[in-house]
Amino acid sequence: MTAISQNLPRMRAETRVQRVEKPYVHPYAAGIALGIVLFLAFFITGNGLGASGGMNRLLVFAEDVIAPGHIDRVPYLLDMAGGDRNPLDSWVVFISVGTILGGAISGWRHGRLKFELNKGPRISNSTRLLMAFIGGALMGYGARLARGCTSGQALSGGATLSVGSWVFMFAVFAGGYMVAYFVRRLWN
Amino acid sequence: MAPFPLPIDSLLGHWPSYVVYIAIGFGFGYVLEIAGFGKSTKLAAQFYLKEMTVLKVMFTAIVVAAVLIFLASAIGLLDYNLVWVNPTYLWPGIVGGLVMGVGFIVGGFCPGTSIVAASTLKIDGIVFLLGAFFGIFAFGETVGLFEDFWYSSYMGRFTLQELFNVDAGVIVLAVVLMALAAFVFAEYSERTFGKGLVSKAPRWSLGAAGGLVVLAGATLVIGQPTNIDRQAALAAAQDTALTERSVQIHPAELLAYLNNRQIIPYVIDVRSESDFNTFHLPGSHRVPLDGILPLAQDLQLQPRNTLFVVLSNEEAAATDAWRILNAEGIANVYILEGGINQWLDTFSDEAFQAAYKVEPAGVDQLAYVLPGALGSRYDAADPNPAAFTIEYTPKVKLSVGRGATGGGCG
Repeated sequence: MTAISQNLPRMRAETRVQRVEKPYVHPYAAGIALGIVLFLAFFITGNGLGASGGMNRLLVFAEDVIAPGHIDRVPYLLDMAGGDRNPLDSWVVFISVGTILGGAISGWRHGRLKFELNKGPRISNSTRLLMAFIGGALMGYGARLARGCTSGQALSGGATLSVGSWVFMFAVFAGGYMVAYFVRRLWN
Repeated sequence: MAPFPLPIDSLLGHWPSYVVYIAIGFGFGYVLEIAGFGKSTKLAAQFYLKEMTVLKVMFTAIVVAAVLIFLASAIGLLDYNLVWVNPTYLWPGIVGGLVMGVGFIVGGFCPGTSIVAASTLKIDGIVFLLGAFFGIFAFGETVGLFEDFWYSSYMGRFTLQELFNVDAGVIVLAVVLMALAAFVFAEYSERTFGKGLVSKAPRWSLGAAGGLVVLAGATLVIGQPTNIDRQAALAAAQDTALTERSVQIHPAELLAYLNNRQIIPYVIDVRSESDFNTFHLPGSHRVPLDGILPLAQDLQLQPRNTLFVVLSNEEAAATDAWRILNAEGIANVYILEGGINQWLDTFSDEAFQAAYKVEPAGVDQLAYVLPGALGSRYDAADPNPAAFTIEYTPKVKLSVGRGATGGGCG
């Protein structure tokens, strides 16, 4: 994308701030920073981080607006949005709001806030998008089944030494490595 | 020392307090973005051993946070009992994890990273996010079909230090060493499969690794606070509550809660077995003093509207039990004022007292010699609340506790 925008100087005039894409920080440095954020989350609030929980509650909020009667018939949904409960009244929703802001601002500052599609070299855009949707659906389903995602279970539970979270973490890697060979055309 | 966790809800107000979570989430999203986690190809490369960024960032974050959490706990800055630890549901976690692993390699993201990808306008991230919403929706619609499985293999708040029965410091040090070994493997793997695409470990990383080992070692040497340490740290607050008598509830108040459908009473009787067999309140749990600390873990898992009441013949043993449970961070623990003796004084009739009341043999001894070991079958064990009009000062103020409430991805 950088190359394209350099070839089209007129685009620069249209976008007022054209930033050069900067390299990512070293994984160990990013890991230390992430560890400190995670610690501060626990230190200030007693809670860790989360992502899928916020998405879940946003979805339930939408469902409650569209079909409130349906919420009241499903016990799992009832817990979050039954009666006059507001599914958005939860810390994890606001973690996600912050995640969106933090991601966008870092992306903007480092020249990575732009429409693009990342994929392996041998598949078409539509294949990539189809796989992204299927993978997302599996992720969403699995995250609710496991009561947390990579953030809420693996990171938060891993740092607080929960047995279930460590087992979960190895299961995620195992699932990925088991299938990686068969879908290698997607990425290589 | 600042209270832990910070009572941001009462400091800032309910909705404004969420600003703190937005700030934490901001840091989270920012760090994920600068790590390159908004880019699916970078994440997927993990599973072809070419680029181990995911493993490096995740394990570094976990061990750094673990060292800081348990070091802070060792020196008393943070109370681990009040930290949210994801409860273990073993099999749903394993199956869910496997499904997520497949989703990861097929879709190229996990939920957190897809939020960052979408917020930096990566089209595959946006589509992945839509897919994730669909998956979450599908789960909500289908969980009813396998609810038994979803709630199966529940082990509560179960930690590695409990599993291996060692001090948390041992686990922290072991986890740090394990992570460092994984990093050595990751560097080797990147050199072999990645063909030098990735930058080598910077020189400072060795120093950082050394620092981490030293901090983990310090955590182990200092050790996690015991219940005695916790009681010492809270001694002033505990003494105040006890001398102001704000945690001793009148028998009539307990009776009211025993007959209140909105509150779950949990009565803990710390007296001897023979006293308990002679007379006790219906549904009470007999737990000797040395069993109180092991019980604390179970009490943490009781519903939020549970009212814990400890009692002895008078108050001495009950007060000891209260100090232990309070130090462990259990919310809503009260002492029965005057113990069983005052209960009997209050709820037995004059004939009963004339016949059986005696001078107690010593401190915290039963002041009644009863005709038989009828336990809770005495009338006075289960009095009819409507038959008594007793004035008392209500002491119980139910709170949701000091700890984090719904953590994880609740």
